Amino acid sequence: MKPLLEVRGLQKSFGGVRAVDRVSFALGEGEFLALIGPNGAGKSTCFNMVNGQLGADAGEVLLGGEAILGLAPRQIWRKGVGRTFQVAAIWGSLTVRENVQLALLSHAGEVFRFWRPAAERHRERALELLADVGMQAQAARPARELAYGDVKRVELAVALANEPRLLLMDEPTAGMAPRERNEIISLTKRLVRERGISVLFTEHSMDVVFAHADRIIVLARGQLIAEGDARAIQDDARVQEVYFGTGRSFRRPSA
Amino acid sequence: MNGLANASSLFFLSAGLSLIFGVTRIVNMAHGSLYMLGAYIAYTCATSLGGVLGFWGGVLATAAALALLGALIEIALLRRIYHAAELFQLLATFALVLLLSDVVAALWGVEDLLGPRAPGLRGSVEILGRQFPEYDLFLLVVGPVVLVGLHLLLTRTRWGTLVRAATQDRDMVAALGVDQAKLFTAVFALGAALAGLGGALETPRQPANLGMDLSALGDAFVVVVVGGMGSIPGAYVAALLIAEIKAICIGLGTQTIAGIPFNFSKLTLVAEFIVMAVVLIARPYGLLGRAQGMPRHAAAIQDPIEPAGRRARLLALAVLAALLCVPLLAKASPYTLVLGIDVLIAVLFAASLHFIAGPGGMHSFGHAAYFGLGCYGAGLLLKLAGFPMAGAIAAAPLVAALGAAIFGWFAVRLSGVYLAMLTLAFAQIVWAIVFQWEALTGGSNGVLGIWPTAPFNSAWVYYLLVLALTLAGVLAMRRILFSPFGYAMRAGRDSPLRAEATGIAVLKVHWIAFIIAGTVCGLAGALFAFAKGGISPETIHVSRSIDGLVMVLLGGMHELAGPLVGAPVFTLLQDSVMRQTPYWRGVLGVVILALVLVFPMGIAGTIAGWAKRVAR
Amino acid sequence: MMLEADKLCAWYGAAQILFDVSFDVGRSEVVALMGRNGAGKSTTLKAIMGLVGRRAGGVRFDGTELLRLETFQIARLGLGWVPEDRRIFTDLSVRENLDVGRRPANGGPAWSEERVFELFPNLAEMRERPGGRMSGGEQQMLTVARTLMGNPRMVLFDEPSEGVAPLVVERMAEAIVEMKQLGLSVLLSEQNLHFAALVSDRVYILEKGHISWSGAMRELEASAQVQRQFLGV
Repeated sequence: MKPLLEVRGLQKSFGGVRAVDRVSFALGEGEFLALIGPNGAGKSTCFNMVNGQLGADAGEVLLGGEAILGLAPRQIWRKGVGRTFQVAAIWGSLTVRENVQLALLSHAGEVFRFWRPAAERHRERALELLADVGMQAQAARPARELAYGDVKRVELAVALANEPRLLLMDEPTAGMAPRERNEIISLTKRLVRERGISVLFTEHSMDVVFAHADRIIVLARGQLIAEGDARAIQDDARVQEVYFGTGRSFRRPSA
Repeated sequence: MNGLANASSLFFLSAGLSLIFGVTRIVNMAHGSLYMLGAYIAYTCATSLGGVLGFWGGVLATAAALALLGALIEIALLRRIYHAAELFQLLATFALVLLLSDVVAALWGVEDLLGPRAPGLRGSVEILGRQFPEYDLFLLVVGPVVLVGLHLLLTRTRWGTLVRAATQDRDMVAALGVDQAKLFTAVFALGAALAGLGGALETPRQPANLGMDLSALGDAFVVVVVGGMGSIPGAYVAALLIAEIKAICIGLGTQTIAGIPFNFSKLTLVAEFIVMAVVLIARPYGLLGRAQGMPRHAAAIQDPIEPAGRRARLLALAVLAALLCVPLLAKASPYTLVLGIDVLIAVLFAASLHFIAGPGGMHSFGHAAYFGLGCYGAGLLLKLAGFPMAGAIAAAPLVAALGAAIFGWFAVRLSGVYLAMLTLAFAQIVWAIVFQWEALTGGSNGVLGIWPTAPFNSAWVYYLLVLALTLAGVLAMRRILFSPFGYAMRAGRDSPLRAEATGIAVLKVHWIAFIIAGTVCGLAGALFAFAKGGISPETIHVSRSIDGLVMVLLGGMHELAGPLVGAPVFTLLQDSVMRQTPYWRGVLGVVILALVLVFPMGIAGTIAGWAKRVAR
Repeated sequence: MMLEADKLCAWYGAAQILFDVSFDVGRSEVVALMGRNGAGKSTTLKAIMGLVGRRAGGVRFDGTELLRLETFQIARLGLGWVPEDRRIFTDLSVRENLDVGRRPANGGPAWSEERVFELFPNLAEMRERPGGRMSGGEQQMLTVARTLMGNPRMVLFDEPSEGVAPLVVERMAEAIVEMKQLGLSVLLSEQNLHFAALVSDRVYILEKGHISWSGAMRELEASAQVQRQFLGV
């Protein structure tokens, strides 16, 4: 399988602490890849270097063979990379439909148009995308009034507006109830499969990761320590040690 | 050398501002006023008591008095607004500027007061063949001494450790059992004492006057922006840098470069601006500052804007019809027309400010700059370049647009209080250039004889012209807000991160918005020049920028109709109530405090709120 | 009882996070609040400290009602809080961080810089290092040390085992056991059953802001059914 995204030797330090230490991995076309690790393992740092929010000290990030490391988030988006945030971010003072319309306007290169009202532009397409995520009925509502789970859905519609090749999702289920988690991740998976989009996501909830990821990579203290499918990761001794089994290594402190 | 002496007062002032901001996250707009008050109190001590005790004792007494006043202000006002929106904090402390200004005018009068020279330091010494006043030498030493003292206080005492901890994480400090309220009061008192000290030490060198508050504030802003907000050493380095550059410009005097005589002493403010610009490009958080981790925009998210419904359209038409009828009153009461023109210009001015402050989320504290540029652009093009009236009115907004393009380029890179300080500093620079460049602008006298030509030379025709252009300006901005660009503006305000991750160049969007607002504001300025028959530096004064913000808030920041309601109400209020009293500034201050503390939604906002509740 | 929460409710902005949560912690008892992410464990601790937007109901600490007090007053009564995200003052050195936490002894054991360095010997080796240049585990130890410097009678401990190396987790367990032996009460928010089982006497399980199960730690350890139902273990 030809990789869509290749990360090679990525490195970043903060004040002497190596947050990400020579991390390399690849993401195939149409793959659903999870990036996991305990708090402070360097997941977010790694993720933010791929999406352009953070510069790297060393390394390479290639999208379809093209170097994207160091480009601004805006430019990376133009290369066909959609994105959702850990704390879902949409534009609260626009309506739900306007949120998606603006993403479509941006994709069409029509942001710097000053005179014709935007309300009718790409309206149908926006409603289609909202229907895809099950939010058509709430299209006219102010985005800030939405329940958090619905915000996540709208964000997904916004992220799909530029017909991306790759979707970067930072903790897609963070802050959601267990049932909502499964719903949003199943929805995401269906939509990206239909469109042939690859996904790289970070995630805290192990249920979600083991149930849905095609492949999992594990970071600990900045380094990639394991890579494989759910079974391989669950059985990996090093992963057990840094991630799940902390308690088992305890001896009751003699006191 | 002279620059080094000047740097000390500037440092005291800025260090206090920086310290207060670091801990309370409030930019104290009244800091220049505390400095001014310091100068007046020290003057009174030195002249009424006289002698060594009067002067040196007076300096210390001033610092103590200001500390007390600072503590009072913190307890009475600031504690109520720590959780308010940033804009309100800035406005509330600006209300103090207005109040204190009137207090000083009432107690000391409007004359400039030069204090006696410092006892014991009246002579001068010769250094490198030049005479140097002993007092300046003293100032030169006292600056670093206070710097070291502050540094020791902050790093060697537990109190200092608590202040630094609170600067970083207030809640955590409280959870460790530290009474923040007391800490904040103490910090504010210390900052106020430093400002007072700065003012007091300046009295022998330059007269205390009523303009000191705002000029000092502008200077302090430049210093903290250059040095880095919250950094005391940064404040010292920046104060030194700015004061030196000013001193060098003055020292150079008139030089001939490439055969053209060039008066450097007039360039001081431009030099200040260039330093600030260079620093901001190279290090956006100042020389020794660090990113403050502040969200670019923290205000409450507002409702989506909607096209006017039928009822609103009918109301707008009715208002328009009424406005069209105003000329019929011209004979009976000519003043109505004058007032009508004032109101319309205020509407255009406030609407242009609302355009960037509301949907754009950029709370400019220097919108008067573009008004002034339009005003002077029109006047000078007419008088000096021989433009016809129509040409001047058409070209003046372009002058303002150019200014907005230059200043806006920097401003959109900053947010919150930084943006407020920078825009205010820019406006102060424009004001000072106009004030100082007498040959071109007529200095404080301005330029007279700018009257509309036929057919606009009768008041009612000019009124209709203003009405037409105001209407055009307001409707054009409104239309832009509903265009794709308008969506992008609001998106850039709501979540710049999301906007950037959706391919929208937020800085560019906000920069263009800034230029559009500047252009419309310039039009208002041009119309103002012809309405008043002349131009004067007052058109660019900070108070105009603040008036604009008050109009917008009075109407309601979050309503498209806000400025359309706020501007007339404010203008009529100013015309009726404030003319009755010599202390109109104080009255305005009280109005602002009332707005901030009691009535934050504004008139249109409150009405819209009722309408919604009724609809439900 | 050292701490008694009676129908405690808490809000962030308009969102209610805790609904009528009642529990108690006895003298020198270690009690764990367990539950999944977002169940309201951290919020409960913050609500006790007065660090949430709005509270209702009641919380009494050693007989004093806390709801009317400000955060610093609550801390001065002898309640220490170890936040999940550590919140070290990164600009301040280790010693300065400890200095901020220092408060006079309040009937409980009297801690000094030297005594906390005995408990966490690594910290003693980096007294002048700025908090920002420490690893996550070192910061975690500093946070605990800083809290102890306030001589608390009770410690609210948020996710001690989250995201730190096994060695540090053991240190945290030792610290909790030491606190208990010194007569301190500890309220723990924890997701890791192994860790909680190691140190706590009793457990309350939170689900979506409600208490859904409570009992002795031994009971929870014994019941695979309860573990599966509430903790997804």
